[in-house]
Amino acid sequence: MATTTLSAPTARKTTIALKLLMAVTGAFFVLYVLLHMYGNLKVLAGQEAFDTYAHHLRTFGEPMLPYGGLLWIFRILLLGSLIGHAYAAFTLWSRAGSARKTKYAVLKTAASAQWMRWGGVAILLFVVWHLIHFTIVKPVINVDGPDAAAIKASPYTMVVASFQLWWMVLIYLLALAALGLHLAHGVFSAQQTLGFTQTPKARARAKGIGNLTAALVVVGFAIPPLSILFGLVK
Amino acid sequence: MATSTKSDPKNMDLTLRIWRQDGPSDRGHLQTYEVSDISPDMSFLEMLDVLNEQLNAKGEEPIAFDSDCREGICGMCGLMISGHAHGPEKTTTCQLHMRSFKDGDTITVEPWRADAFPIIKDLVVDRSSFDRIIQAGGFISVNTGSAPEANAAPVPKQKADRAFQSAECIGCGACVAACPNASAMLFMGAKVTHLGELPQGQPERWARVVSMVSQHDHEGFGGCTNTGACSVACPKGIPQDVISTLNKDLRTAMRQGG
Ligand code: SF4
Ligand code: FES
Repeated sequence: MATTTLSAPTARKTTIALKLLMAVTGAFFVLYVLLHMYGNLKVLAGQEAFDTYAHHLRTFGEPMLPYGGLLWIFRILLLGSLIGHAYAAFTLWSRAGSARKTKYAVLKTAASAQWMRWGGVAILLFVVWHLIHFTIVKPVINVDGPDAAAIKASPYTMVVASFQLWWMVLIYLLALAALGLHLAHGVFSAQQTLGFTQTPKARARAKGIGNLTAALVVVGFAIPPLSILFGLVK
Repeated sequence: MATSTKSDPKNMDLTLRIWRQDGPSDRGHLQTYEVSDISPDMSFLEMLDVLNEQLNAKGEEPIAFDSDCREGICGMCGLMISGHAHGPEKTTTCQLHMRSFKDGDTITVEPWRADAFPIIKDLVVDRSSFDRIIQAGGFISVNTGSAPEANAAPVPKQKADRAFQSAECIGCGACVAACPNASAMLFMGAKVTHLGELPQGQPERWARVVSMVSQHDHEGFGGCTNTGACSVACPKGIPQDVISTLNKDLRTAMRQGG
């Protein structure tokens, strides 16, 4: 068979370039998630500290930035990253599907690629719910708790009312488990894609960083809802 | 299974489920065969030879499979054996021995499955996509004539070792076969690292990676998800780090406007 000559191969059009896009956008998500975790932990410091923090997020950088300016910069960057991350993921997912159209009858290898993909979809669905829950609609879910006006007035009231419900805590913990698994592989994978793991030692370190990030995020995010559920924070 | 008379109590009776496919356009199916009195000292391919002799004697079409050196150095053989590329040991199919199996086992034998490795017949696949990836950039250009003085281009020991380890790749395709995405990044990473660690590989280094990866994608291999199934399956133990080097080289090429 004749060699197929490609019209001017470009690095930007390769599957590795898609992986780089995933790595960079993923790194930004990790940074954001850590900041978010820090903010959540403020709930332990009580109503005033938490609400002031939420307010400061909006007035940060004033008057150089308009009210809520920093938040909007973050939101736009996050949305851009989400589009990039998901675009690369779905493109590679469909490529992988067509790269092996006939499946094996018997297969005994790691399926972690599928975990990343379906886990990613689960996290995406959760994020949609999470935004409706705490940012866009702010519905009254705990009917025995404070009313809509009180929830809109104080983020603290809103959060505490929500996590007094065991099933709400469960939803968040499940999402957290999905995020933990995603991060454990994703943080390692990003380092591998960026070319930071060129020795066995560096690879072991990258895997360690992945597991550590996942553990930190799971524990850090689980503390506030659990403290509320068990009445340590009221 | 009928109790066979074994010539040695260590010998085995086995059930084989083998992929049969008449040609590229045939749909193919798994067919069951019985073999008996298989010595644990036989190689996997010798066991298939025994089966083929039985089939020949019955006037049936023997099973087509690839092999050449049968010493684990040429990369020609390669079968998916009960879900493991090259079987349960870290070796090539030709160097896998029947002592890795037990009397009464059922073994499923399938060809490498990747659309970039189309099936020619039964267990034989066409891996010329690998050749085209190598043709795209897996080479160095040197002037013909007398060999250069060996000490003219010093190579640090660490780099020499890594180049050597990467050069162990025999192009068998097990990495692709085991990869959940049917990606050939380990194969490419091995070549890019082999040449990239050596001074002779430098002049074409950044063009090489772009040409090879583009050809790889064009052939229809999948992208890498860094699961590492390739390295586990690789009979030469090529580590995942070579993929990191491949990624780094591509990133450098991109920065240079490649
Ligand atoms: S990297 Fe390993 S598994 Fe892949 S072709 Fe080379 S020797 Fe075979
Ligand atoms: S036949 Fe040569 S490596 Fe197996």
